[in-house]
Amino acid sequence: MIVELGHYALVLGLVLSLAQMVVPMIGLRTNDARMLSVAPSLTVATFLVIAVSFAALTWAYVTSDFSVRNVWANSFSDKPMIFKITGVWGNHEGSMLLWILTLALFGALVAFFGGNLPSRLKAAVLSVQGSVTVAFALFILLTSNPFERLSPPPLEGRDLNPILQDIGLAIHPPLLYLGYVGFSICFSFAVAALIEGRIDAAWARWVRPWTLVSWVFLTAGISMGSYWAYYELGWGGWWFWDPVENASFMPWLIGTALLHSALVMEKREAMKVWTILLAILAFSFSLLGTFLVRSGVLTSVHSFATDPQRGLFILMILVFFIGGSLILFALRAGTLRNGGMFHPVSREGALVLNNLFLTTATATVLVGTLYPLLVEAVSGEKISVGAPYFNYTFIPLMIPLLMAVPFGPLLAWKRGNLAAAAERLWLVAAISLVAALAIAWLAYDAPVLSAFAYALAFWLVIGSFADILQKAGFVRNGWSKGWARLRGLPRANWGTALAHAGLGITTLGIVGVTTLEDETVLRMTPGETTSFAGYDVAFNSLTPGKGPNFTYDKGIFTISRDGRVIGTVEPEKRVYVASRMPTTEAGIQTVGLFSQYYLALGDAVEGSEDIVVRIWWKPWVTLIWYGTVIMVAAGLISLSDRRLRIGAPVAARRRRDEALAAAKAEPAE
Amino acid sequence: MRAMLFALLVAFATAAAPAHAVNPDEILDDPALEERARDISAGLRCMVCQNQSIDDSDAELARDLRVLVRDRLVAGDTNDEVVAYVVDRYGEFVLLRPTFSARNALLWGTPVIILLLGATAAFLFGQRQSQSRAGEALTVEEQARVAKILDEGERNDG
Repeated sequence: MIVELGHYALVLGLVLSLAQMVVPMIGLRTNDARMLSVAPSLTVATFLVIAVSFAALTWAYVTSDFSVRNVWANSFSDKPMIFKITGVWGNHEGSMLLWILTLALFGALVAFFGGNLPSRLKAAVLSVQGSVTVAFALFILLTSNPFERLSPPPLEGRDLNPILQDIGLAIHPPLLYLGYVGFSICFSFAVAALIEGRIDAAWARWVRPWTLVSWVFLTAGISMGSYWAYYELGWGGWWFWDPVENASFMPWLIGTALLHSALVMEKREAMKVWTILLAILAFSFSLLGTFLVRSGVLTSVHSFATDPQRGLFILMILVFFIGGSLILFALRAGTLRNGGMFHPVSREGALVLNNLFLTTATATVLVGTLYPLLVEAVSGEKISVGAPYFNYTFIPLMIPLLMAVPFGPLLAWKRGNLAAAAERLWLVAAISLVAALAIAWLAYDAPVLSAFAYALAFWLVIGSFADILQKAGFVRNGWSKGWARLRGLPRANWGTALAHAGLGITTLGIVGVTTLEDETVLRMTPGETTSFAGYDVAFNSLTPGKGPNFTYDKGIFTISRDGRVIGTVEPEKRVYVASRMPTTEAGIQTVGLFSQYYLALGDAVEGSEDIVVRIWWKPWVTLIWYGTVIMVAAGLISLSDRRLRIGAPVAARRRRDEALAAAKAEPAE
Repeated sequence: MRAMLFALLVAFATAAAPAHAVNPDEILDDPALEERARDISAGLRCMVCQNQSIDDSDAELARDLRVLVRDRLVAGDTNDEVVAYVVDRYGEFVLLRPTFSARNALLWGTPVIILLLGATAAFLFGQRQSQSRAGEALTVEEQARVAKILDEGERNDG
C-alpha cells in the first residue's frame, strides 16, 4: 500500500511539475501576476510529493519488502540497517529518484529564499526548473520505475553490490547530486535571463550563492568519492581518470570557472555573455555526466544500469536541454550588452586567464573521455584513453594556472600593477623555493625535478594569504591594528584565501604522494615480521570469521618503528553471501598527521599458510583530502558573507517600511 | 624551462603508477629489469577490466600479460619492442596512452587548439572593446575640465 502511495506521489509530482513549468510561463506571456505568483507554491508542492515518494521507497527498503523488484534486486534481509537505507540510491532507479528529489529541493529553496527576486524572474526560473523536473519524472516513470512489484514475492533479496556497502557510499552520491543538480538552478537562472532578455550585476549576485553551494557540494562529493576509492578499491589509488570520475570532474571545472566569471559580472558588469554560457555549460556537463553514467555507454564500476532504452531517453533529455538552451543563447546573446572594460593586466584579466585554462582543461577531459567512443563510431577500431593521456595534457594546463593563482587577488580591478604584485610575492617565492629544496634534499631518492612541483604547491599555499596579509598591513600598522584590520576583512576575502590555500594543500598532497610513494609486495607467514619504509610490520594472525552478510579472512598486523608500536591494522578479504563477490578491505594506519601506511591482503598461497601482502607507504596522502575540506570550508565562509550582503536590501526595505510607517503615524499624533 | 617541465611530466607519469597487483612470484630477480617491466605495465590496459592497467588488475589476463612483458624483457627486448609486440597481438586498445597518430590528432591537439582559440578570442574581444571605446576618449576641453575639477578637489582636501 505504502509502495503504491509512493508510486502515486511520483505521478502527482510529474503533474505538479508540469503545472510548475506551464502556468508561470503563460503568466510571463500574458503578464498575469496571479499566474506568476503561484509558481513558488507549485514548486514547494512538487518537492513535497516527491519527498513522499522517496520516503515510500526508503520504507520499502527498511522493511525489506522483496515484493518490490527494486528492493529484491538490491537488498538483503541481513544487511545492516545503514546499508538498507543507503541502498535506496545504490541502484539506478533509486538514484534517479534521489536526483529528482534534489532537483525539486533546489527549486523549493529558490521559492523559499527567493523573496528578494523580481517576481517575473523568479517565476521564469521556477518554470525552467519545473521543465527539468518534468523530463526526469517522465524518465523515471517510463523507463525506470522503482515501485514495480514482483509476483510472487521472493523470500530473499539479491543484495547490494558489495563494494557499495560502505559508509562512503552513504555520503558520496547525495553530495554529488546536490552539486550536479545545484547547477540546475544556475541553468534555470541563465535561461530565465535569456527569456526575459535582461541581465545585470544583480543577476550575478543572485546566481553566485547557488553556484557556490553547488561547488561546495560537488567539491565535497568528488573528494569523498576519491577517498572512498582510495580505501575501498584496495590498491590505494585516489584518482583514476575513470570516465565516471571525469563525468563529475567536468562540471566541477566549469563550475569553478563560473564562480570566478560571475565575480567579474557582479563587480564590473563585464563578461556577461560568457557567464551565461558557463551557467548553461555547468548544468550541461552535469546532464552529460548523468547520461554517461546511467546509459552505461562507458563501462565502468559505477554504471549499475546498462539499458539502451534508458540511455536513449536521457540522450533525448540531454539534446533537448543543452541544444534548446544553446539555441536560445545564440538567439539572445547578441542583445545582452557588455559592461565595464578593463586592461589585460587587472583582476578581470586574471579571471579571464583562469577561465581560459579551466575551460581548456574541461575540453581536454571531455575529449579524452569521449574519444574512444568517437573513434569506435567512426572507424570501428577500439582505442583506450587512460591516465597517461590525462597526465600529459591536464597537468601542463594546471601548472601555469596554479602559478597565476596568488597574483589574481593582488591585482586591482580595471587596471592592475603586475610589478607591484610580483614585488609582494617575491618573499613567498623565496620561501617556497627553500622549502621545496629542503624537501628534495631530505627525500634524496625523489626525482630532483619534483622540487619544482613542491615549490609550486608551497607558492600556492603561502601566496594565497598574500592578499589578506597585505590588506592587514602588519608592517605599516603594527600588530594590534593589523590584527584588527584582519578580523574586519569581509568573509569573502577569507573565503578566497582559504580556497586557494586549500587547493595548494591538495596539490602538496598530490605531489608528495606521487613523488615519495613506496610499495612492496611479498609473501608473509603468520608470525613473520618484515621491515618496509622505515617501519616494522609484524603479521600476527590470519583469522576467518563471519559478518552480517559476508564471510571474511582478517589479517592482524602491528606496525612499529624502533620498537615503538604505531598501531594495529586489520585488512580483510571478504566474500559476500548473496552475490558470492569478493572484496578487499584495506588496513590503513595514519602516521603523524598526513602520511599513511596502507596494507592490503592478496591471494593465499596454495599449499602453505602464506598470504600475499601488499604494503604501501603513502607520504602526505591525507593532505589531498584535507585540502578539499579546507576548500569546502572556504566556500561555506564565503557563502555566509554572501548571505549577509544579499540580506542587505531586505533590511533596507524593512527600514524604509518602518520609516514610512513612522511618517504615517506622525500626523495622527 | 620547457625541458624541465617535460622532465617533470615524465617523472609524474611514471611515478604516478606504482605496481599494485604484481604477485611476488612474478617479480624478476634483476631490479633494473623489474623497474622497466613496471613502467611498461603501467601503460598497458587490462583488456577485460575497466580503465585499469595490467599493473593494477588482479584479473587472470592481466597476470598473463605481466608475465609476457617480463618474458620479453628477459629475452632481451627493448621497452619499445615489448610494447610493439603486445600491440601487435592485442591492437591499440591495449595502450592506455594513445599513439601520436593522425587519427588521434584531434585528441592530442584539443588542449593546444582550444587554448589558442580561447586566447585569440579573448585578445580579439579585448581589442574590439577598446576600439569601440576609442571614440569615448576625452577631448582636450574635457581633459582641461577634469584637471580643473581634480585641482579644486585637492585644494579643498588641503
